[in-house]
Amino acid sequence: MPRMAPNPPSLDAVETVRVDCDVLIIGGGNAGCFSAVEAAKLDPSLKVVIMEKAHIMRSGACSAGMDAINTYIPEGKTPEDLVRWCRSQVGGGPIREDLALSNARELNESVDDLERWGLPILRDDKGNIRYRGAWDISIHGEQLKPIMAEKAIEAGAEVHNRVACTQLLMDGNRCIGALGFGVRDGKFYVFRAKATINATGGAAGLYKSYTADATDSHHQIWMCPYCVGTGYAVGIRQGAEMTSMEQRWVATRTKDFCGPVDTISVGYKAPIINAKGERIMQSRYAHLGADKAPRYIRANAPMEEWLAGRGPTYCDTRGMAPELAQQMMTDYLNERPSFVLFLASRGQDPVKEPIEIYGSDPYIVGGHTQSGFWVDMERMTTIPGLFAAGETAGGNPNKFVGGCAAEGKLALRGAAAYIAGLELPEPDAAQVEAEKARVFAPLLRGEAFDGLRALEMEERLQRLMDEYAGGTSQFYRTNEERLDYALKHLAMLRSQVQYLKAGDLHDLMAVHEVIDRIDVAEVLCHHLRFRKETRWQGWQTRSDYPEVDPAYDCHVESRKNLATGEIETFTRPYEQLVPGDRYKP
Amino acid sequence: MPPIVDPKKCNGCAGREESFCEEACPGDLMYVGQDGKSHCHAARDCWDCMSCVKMCPRNAIETRMPYQLGYHKARLVPLMGKNSITWKCTDINGQTVTYKYRNRLDVKD
Repeated sequence: MPRMAPNPPSLDAVETVRVDCDVLIIGGGNAGCFSAVEAAKLDPSLKVVIMEKAHIMRSGACSAGMDAINTYIPEGKTPEDLVRWCRSQVGGGPIREDLALSNARELNESVDDLERWGLPILRDDKGNIRYRGAWDISIHGEQLKPIMAEKAIEAGAEVHNRVACTQLLMDGNRCIGALGFGVRDGKFYVFRAKATINATGGAAGLYKSYTADATDSHHQIWMCPYCVGTGYAVGIRQGAEMTSMEQRWVATRTKDFCGPVDTISVGYKAPIINAKGERIMQSRYAHLGADKAPRYIRANAPMEEWLAGRGPTYCDTRGMAPELAQQMMTDYLNERPSFVLFLASRGQDPVKEPIEIYGSDPYIVGGHTQSGFWVDMERMTTIPGLFAAGETAGGNPNKFVGGCAAEGKLALRGAAAYIAGLELPEPDAAQVEAEKARVFAPLLRGEAFDGLRALEMEERLQRLMDEYAGGTSQFYRTNEERLDYALKHLAMLRSQVQYLKAGDLHDLMAVHEVIDRIDVAEVLCHHLRFRKETRWQGWQTRSDYPEVDPAYDCHVESRKNLATGEIETFTRPYEQLVPGDRYKP
Repeated sequence: MPPIVDPKKCNGCAGREESFCEEACPGDLMYVGQDGKSHCHAARDCWDCMSCVKMCPRNAIETRMPYQLGYHKARLVPLMGKNSITWKCTDINGQTVTYKYRNRLDVKD
């Protein structure tokens, strides 16, 4: 890939590249790589193209590595058991049990693929997989991303690195590909595809992180900060139905460095304690299952301690056996190596001092919670021709690495069936030209233009969301009036997008990222506003409706009305398919 | 202040179309400048994932904790082997710990 191209003197100077394919995958991450591999297995004649914003070898949420596969069905357990656990982790749902079941049936094979491809899965001396909890297994996943990427490339996928998606290519209400621009080569790209799999990952950076100081630590967040919600945004703009966007992912993370905590609390059984040394899960949450309480309860618990004046909160690693501590540090080196650097920069030995924990900033990640596109069993969204997999596909929480991989396969199978016999029209020239003009406008406003930098708008958005839509500074609480305020200001931000200017192509990517974040934030606020109850404290806390209301035991949905531009909210019923007590695993 | 590139060690992966750290960065943050050395577009936008540090064949890149979060100065240096990785971590008190483990299985063709 060449160095960054100079800014074009005019729109006419921007070259347009046209790529035709059978299946377009937006995002060469976990799900996308599995889609590509599955395509080669199913029908090697399929032409598969991957559109990747960074470089596929180290892009997205898996770029730093991984220390565990959070779900792998052990011997003696069934996919139904996994769905029961999954449902109980989100407080009895509602979840899409149809999707969860089909994913669970595909799960182990996908994890086995990873091991066959070279991912070290830790086993005991008898060769049995080492479980660190009921469902999660330990890996040495430092190389997880390159391992998946190599297989996608081997499978024959044509990878376009450093091409950022900005819009779907539409033929009426049908998706026939995507549009975007090269963040290095400065070209405009038109991908025409019979089916498009949207696998961009989730949305980070909608909210201000409490570590976002003005200088070097803006991106000290847990989710990959380069996953900005583009996948959701391009669908929202075409009127796709979104589900459960109010179910944000908020997690207990290490404090001042937003690193994973399951590694310590689940993997090494280190109890969560408050400032007084009280084991809070046992003393305050026993009725909800203590250490096995639903995930949002565990995520919210340390923040409740802070709010009540009993912080700081810790994972008590003191007295841990030295070889276990060494293993724990190795886990961190596999997933977030800089957390080990962070501890060293505090001069901290976890065997002597407990690891401090706090709540993360909220994310929209449908591979963790269940916000994303409403999809059918084939993983097709409500836009014909547009499929979703991984973090973008909603209704089906706790997918994590293995589940996103499985869903990549399922979406590809759905896409392959959909394209049989399908003929596509030529892309609509007016649509393509209009998008090209929109994309490059911030780069062409001229030196003298008195405008805004993407960063300024991003920081305004993040503070707005933090304070009014239930961010960390507000202990995740919001109410009707604050959400109305947030929506009013989001509309103002959108009206000011016309003032955004970019200094170069990298900057242009940042401009489009903030525009996408605004679109996702708006839908998120409408969902939070609609659910007039508190079903998942922390993930979704309404201080004006603090209790669970049975009237909201349903999926909250939304769709942008393309005639009015308004976001319309409605519900879909919950269907229990797997029998048993919804609140128990 | 992540990541710090040592200009004495960095040669911008001369001869390669793209330097290893550019290829590694999930945020498109690294670039080779007019001086033939790698630079980071914006330190504040770095995730500290250390992919660039791992990929650099000349060990020219270091990730440093932002001072707002961690004290001066700790170091964490990875050395990539065949199917293994070795990390050397030195804390602010000068204590060094080494970790070595397998990061890939041998794959039979």
